[in-house]
Amino acid sequence: MLTLNINNNAYQVDASADMPLLWAIRDMVGLTGTKFGCGMAQCGACTIHIDGKPVRSCSYPVGAAVGKKITTIEGMSDKITKAIQEAWIELQVPQCGYCQSGQIMSAAALLKAKPNPTDADIDAAMQGNLCRCGTYQRIRSAIHKAADMIK
Amino acid sequence: MTPQNTSINRRNFLRLTSLTGAGLVMGMGLKADGSSIIENLGTSTNAFELSPLVMIDQSGLVTIFNTKPEIGQGTYQSIPALIAEELEVPMDKIVIKQTGGEKKYGPGQFVGGSSSVRTNYANLRKVGATAKAMLLTAASQQWNVPVGECYADNATVIHRPSGKSIGYGAIAEAASKLEAPKNPTLKDPKDFKILGKSAKRPDIPMKVDGSAKFGIDASVPGMVYASIERCKVFGSKLVSFDATAAKKVKGVIAVETCERIHGVYKSEGVAVIAENYWAAVQGRKALVIQWDHQGNDQFNSKDYANSLREAAKKDGAIEHQQGDFDKAFAEAPIKLTAFYETPVVSHSPIEPMNCLASWKPNNQLEIWTSTQVPGSVMNDFSRIYGVKQEDLTLHVLFNGGGFGRRLYPDYIHEAVQLSKKIGKPVKSIWSREDDTQQGPFRPMTFSAMKGALDANGKAIAFQHKVISPTLDMKKDYDVTKADGTMTEGISEQKYEIEHMKNLYVHHYLHVPVAAWRAVTSTTLAFSHECFLDEMAVAAKKDPMAFRLGMLTKESDTKNILTKLKEVSNWDKKLPAGWGRGVAQYEFFAGQAGFVIEVSKKGTGVKIEKVYAVIDLGTVVNPDNTRAQVEGSAVMALTAAIKGGITFEKGATVQSNFHNNPLVRINEMPKVEVHILANGGNKIKGVGEPGLPPFAPALCNAIYAATGKRIRQLPFDINKIV
Repeated sequence: MLTLNINNNAYQVDASADMPLLWAIRDMVGLTGTKFGCGMAQCGACTIHIDGKPVRSCSYPVGAAVGKKITTIEGMSDKITKAIQEAWIELQVPQCGYCQSGQIMSAAALLKAKPNPTDADIDAAMQGNLCRCGTYQRIRSAIHKAADMIK
Repeated sequence: MTPQNTSINRRNFLRLTSLTGAGLVMGMGLKADGSSIIENLGTSTNAFELSPLVMIDQSGLVTIFNTKPEIGQGTYQSIPALIAEELEVPMDKIVIKQTGGEKKYGPGQFVGGSSSVRTNYANLRKVGATAKAMLLTAASQQWNVPVGECYADNATVIHRPSGKSIGYGAIAEAASKLEAPKNPTLKDPKDFKILGKSAKRPDIPMKVDGSAKFGIDASVPGMVYASIERCKVFGSKLVSFDATAAKKVKGVIAVETCERIHGVYKSEGVAVIAENYWAAVQGRKALVIQWDHQGNDQFNSKDYANSLREAAKKDGAIEHQQGDFDKAFAEAPIKLTAFYETPVVSHSPIEPMNCLASWKPNNQLEIWTSTQVPGSVMNDFSRIYGVKQEDLTLHVLFNGGGFGRRLYPDYIHEAVQLSKKIGKPVKSIWSREDDTQQGPFRPMTFSAMKGALDANGKAIAFQHKVISPTLDMKKDYDVTKADGTMTEGISEQKYEIEHMKNLYVHHYLHVPVAAWRAVTSTTLAFSHECFLDEMAVAAKKDPMAFRLGMLTKESDTKNILTKLKEVSNWDKKLPAGWGRGVAQYEFFAGQAGFVIEVSKKGTGVKIEKVYAVIDLGTVVNPDNTRAQVEGSAVMALTAAIKGGITFEKGATVQSNFHNNPLVRINEMPKVEVHILANGGNKIKGVGEPGLPPFAPALCNAIYAATGKRIRQLPFDINKIV
């Protein structure tokens, strides 16, 4: 049994230490907002925060997460994330929506590090998150909007 | 009288039994504050059916059943909006429930061909108007006033002379007992409160906080997981397998075979079923399988492309002809020929294929999945697996992308068979590698083009010959016939060219193929509109003027090009090293056009600006329409400049996003979308028309900037010259 601290709750999971954290979060803890997309850190759908930093949970062994602070989209309640979510709704960013938890997790980490990002900052921070529906233009606008809202 | 005591007639009370099918769809409902709800109306309140698609309970809660799965295109807003508009209920006062192919919700429970709104614009408004008429009658009867003195607004009936009002909830039961009027009056579009406005989509709040439930998120107690090994060489047969090592992996429960059914393409796979998905994946790696490749293991893209080039020499079947193309071409002073090639591409929705199936005793079947086709899943699975339709419950969750891939239920078949075999609920999840390597794929089309101009540079003859496999994958294709899907749109363009002969040459491909967003128009528009550009160059004419010169009659094509010319400032001089290109394409789903500006950058080009015009006739949600066209541009850009799918030794070379890449945010050009919605009876699709004209507009722009004519997709945008 491994103990995980997810969204400030302790969860016991019966998983081998090399299992990706993603499957512990989704299938064992039952938090399904974090998505499976590629399994090799290429698409960003599984992005979560570990100790506040964005991490691709599909390629992060669950054993390595023990003792760390894990945050999923369900546990994001800070001011920055709320602004991002509001901007996402205002600009109607999601289409199918499947990648958007990961997009928002990456965007939240970006705005925490750079409250006033340039387009180049956004490209750099968001490049790891694929969107097959092609919502990138709105993602960029919504990040700028969220940054303005936080000011 | 409580509803339980009400005599049950065809639409006065929805029974609990039928509710479980539609009512338990997880998280698909929505409260006014945007939060999702999980509820079963039958257990909480008394709901009355005014139509199969409209239920109102005594508290006034209006439930609208959406027959069109949400795949990102916005039907979760646009379809209920058609009903809500006429019913006079604001969107934030309705609960939306997704139907699962149940007969009572009628035919047409699928999404494809950009058809949802354009084919339901009239009849769903009528559904809302019918329910409203019944509510008006019920209120007028209760008040004993003429119905003509009553009107509806904000889920309330109001008596105009007295000003008294009554909420829908208080009259829903009485209304549900009335006969539905046959021809209710529809609203004048100028009075619309929802339609035609950029309304916010009710699914979006759920999609920003992780609460939206997709197929892959479904779970039931006792559920186990499956990962399925399928032969990488297409067209192989399973000979034998050894599951000894797989079964030793901790958590593995069983190893079973299952058949993937994709039209005429059938293949057997070996599934490892385990307590959790990761264990199933580990068990799968430990399988030892013998396949018979049936001679397919030498198949490769290079040879197949050569065989298509060879096949292009055949005459082909005539798809369309007018005038005398052969004579006009032979005698013309200026002649052009060109050969265009496009690749196989994957759909690659970010949500991989998945399905949770639960086969129960007494031949009952329950399925949770993301699918574009609940209606045919209900009909076909009931027939194929011998389950009565009333014993088959299909929960359609949000689709994490469709793009045509989820028109095909191959992944649902596998899960159903596995659940039946082991007697437990089985959730099968395809890996990204499965998704990338197994198809079905959009097939390539090659195009042999011929065009002729008179001495004044006027286009007088045009030929588009398509060489391709067919989507139905039939080996015994009748080569004397043209396949309408594979020649989609090539004879529908409005350019007035006197002599035309379009042809189709079939060439068999054994790899599973499928419709992809905007189907064959995505490849044919490229050859068609780039070749027209070549003709414009040969005619020494501006490409926009050349096209408009062939459009003397009024048409949507002319309107689109004229609008593009205006919004892009076509006649304005561009900076040195820049070029602009134009293209449009009309096909069954609708019509759009692009002007794209590029600039030379090193050895490649940068896309500076994308102008799009989509013609709809009538628009239901302008902002969502713009979003769809923006997204279409991105998907078309990926198909134009990224690698595509290739085959070697009978199998797909690519496996995941590292070698089958998609456009990322740093490659996103600025896209500006304009909508033509000038009313009238026509109404066109939104989800697909933005794809076909993108690649030709881009390549025409690249020609204008660099002089390099691109006739083969994909190409490297950073290595043009």
